[in-house]
Amino acid sequence: MAGVRLERVNKRFGATRVIEDVSMEIGDGEFVVFVGPSGCGKSTLLRLIAGLESITHGDLLIDEARVNNLTPQERGIGMVFQSYALYPHMNVYQNIAFGLKLAKADRQTVDERVRQTARILQLDTLLERLPKALSGGQRQRVAIGRAMAREPKILLFDEPLSNLDAALRVQTRNEIAGLHKRLGSTMIYVTHDQVEAMTLADRIVVLNAGHVEQIGTPRELYERPASRFVAGFIGSPRMNFVSVEARAGNDDGCRVEVPGVGERELPQRLPENAVGERLELGVRPEHLRPTAAPEGEGIGIVNVEYLGSEAYLYLEMADGELLVCRTEAPSRFERGERVTLDFDADRVHLFDRDGHALPLAHHTGAARHTEQEPS
Amino acid sequence: MTLRTLKALMLRLGFWLLVAVLMVYAIFPFYYAVVTSLKPSSELFEVSYWVDSLDLANYATVLSQPTFLAAIRNSVIVAVSVVIIALLLGLTAAWALGRVRFRGRTTVMMTVLGVSMFPQVAVLSGLFEVIRTLDLYNSPGGLILSYTIFTLPFTVWILTTFMRQLPDELEEAAIVDGASPWVTLTKVFMPLLWPAMATTGLLAFIAAWNEFLFALTFTLTDSQRTVPVAIALISGGSQYELPWGPIMAASVIVTVPLVVLVVIFQRRIVSGLTAGAVKG
Repeated sequence: MAGVRLERVNKRFGATRVIEDVSMEIGDGEFVVFVGPSGCGKSTLLRLIAGLESITHGDLLIDEARVNNLTPQERGIGMVFQSYALYPHMNVYQNIAFGLKLAKADRQTVDERVRQTARILQLDTLLERLPKALSGGQRQRVAIGRAMAREPKILLFDEPLSNLDAALRVQTRNEIAGLHKRLGSTMIYVTHDQVEAMTLADRIVVLNAGHVEQIGTPRELYERPASRFVAGFIGSPRMNFVSVEARAGNDDGCRVEVPGVGERELPQRLPENAVGERLELGVRPEHLRPTAAPEGEGIGIVNVEYLGSEAYLYLEMADGELLVCRTEAPSRFERGERVTLDFDADRVHLFDRDGHALPLAHHTGAARHTEQEPS
Repeated sequence: MTLRTLKALMLRLGFWLLVAVLMVYAIFPFYYAVVTSLKPSSELFEVSYWVDSLDLANYATVLSQPTFLAAIRNSVIVAVSVVIIALLLGLTAAWALGRVRFRGRTTVMMTVLGVSMFPQVAVLSGLFEVIRTLDLYNSPGGLILSYTIFTLPFTVWILTTFMRQLPDELEEAAIVDGASPWVTLTKVFMPLLWPAMATTGLLAFIAAWNEFLFALTFTLTDSQRTVPVAIALISGGSQYELPWGPIMAASVIVTVPLVVLVVIFQRRIVSGLTAGAVKG
């Protein structure tokens, strides 16, 4: 078990900068998830930590020791690959034992470790099988077993659930969460699925175009996104964004003109000279409150999606922008009806033109620490 | 019978007829050699297509010649060595060419291919000098060297192609498990490349086993000859007599190992061995 520290890590492939100045600290025993859209560099970052790619600039420290030039095995990491990458000609036992044998463990230790690992992952009865005779979920468990058999200090997961079907994904997700509790080892997990990120992580690292957008607990990310990108990326259906005009601001908050709603007092503090500027207001679908509008007013409902436990209303603003509103199911509204919208002022977010979240007037901003400003 | 079924029948008939023609074309010479080798010398020139006598005298004649036995031994040594060296070098080269990214990789591949374009005669005299200089003239070493030169290009190409098909993550998994490149190659890749290795090894073996020109040029004494040359040099009692019986018997004897090898390795050439490695 060990902590990991990244200090201004950079990675270039030729002239392409894939990772730019990433710094972060991962605590001992922490479960950290890297999320981001495809191509954001999350897998590359994981591979840099694993030692499968070389770091162009910056330092990687494990247990306070610089490991830039060490092999994956010397770093003490185990890795679960997206495609599992089991050795097809070896049975489950041999797959799990391979790393142990290479580490020159004596036969008895190897056997004990393999059987213990197999017990934890419920593979006892499958030890003699070849990978091709296993189901997807079983292969997944063998891949995890192979990674943890050497008792690495850090376990890395590269989108391990993306090849499983939906039901199995939920089950395996729970198993991984249980495994983390049980082993207590540091785990770093890459996914593009925000549900996996939210459910598994102690802390989430949101990556965008090679740099860190925000690092925080799932709740911090959801409730206090530091940027428009994080706000739009975390949460499903995604956050609604409405262009608003700043009318006034003081130490206690500000007033903005929201189209279709009117002037509102908000708790955010405006930056200097922002009065009259366009800002972006972010409201999560569950924080919009629709009420039936008088004839000829309000916003039209263009679609209603019924999901059983809830319903989504799709509203078309005057400028053609679509808003999503989450309501109880069945919904009181139908397609074609018109509604007026309202929201709680302390549940919304304001973003400036660069996409940075505006700070709360009565809040020191501790909950929204970004390790690094997006460039 | 309708026209349609008649047509289907004719097509099927035509197909099998074509297969039969191909079979006869490919197998008949060998079959006739077998038939001839089993005839006593008195009946050699009577044309018959069936084995009607089982006279093993020709085989006894051939196998009682110490030079022929020595030739078989030489052939085995040369062919097996060529296969081992070609596979070893081919596999390591394929790993480098298929897995390691470096500048000029394509150039190397093209050069390797280019080597195999030269006809044997073109390099014969040059190679002769090389073998003389290395003091390998009239020894199996000279043949092993020259055959390896000609078998390596296709060995490298075929193995490289197969190597590239293996998923990258397999190698990375091995690296994370702490395997050195050599261990990855021998413990992870080699078992998966068995089908390719069996195929290329077999081709290399056949090439080395059948080669004639180099074998004739680079050897001098009976004791160092390989089988194709030895058979060509089997002579009769006078210059007017060609001992067809023993020649045919010798041909059959040297063909048998090839047939056996093909039959054995045919089973190993199983495709889809990597099934189950990735995804599911």
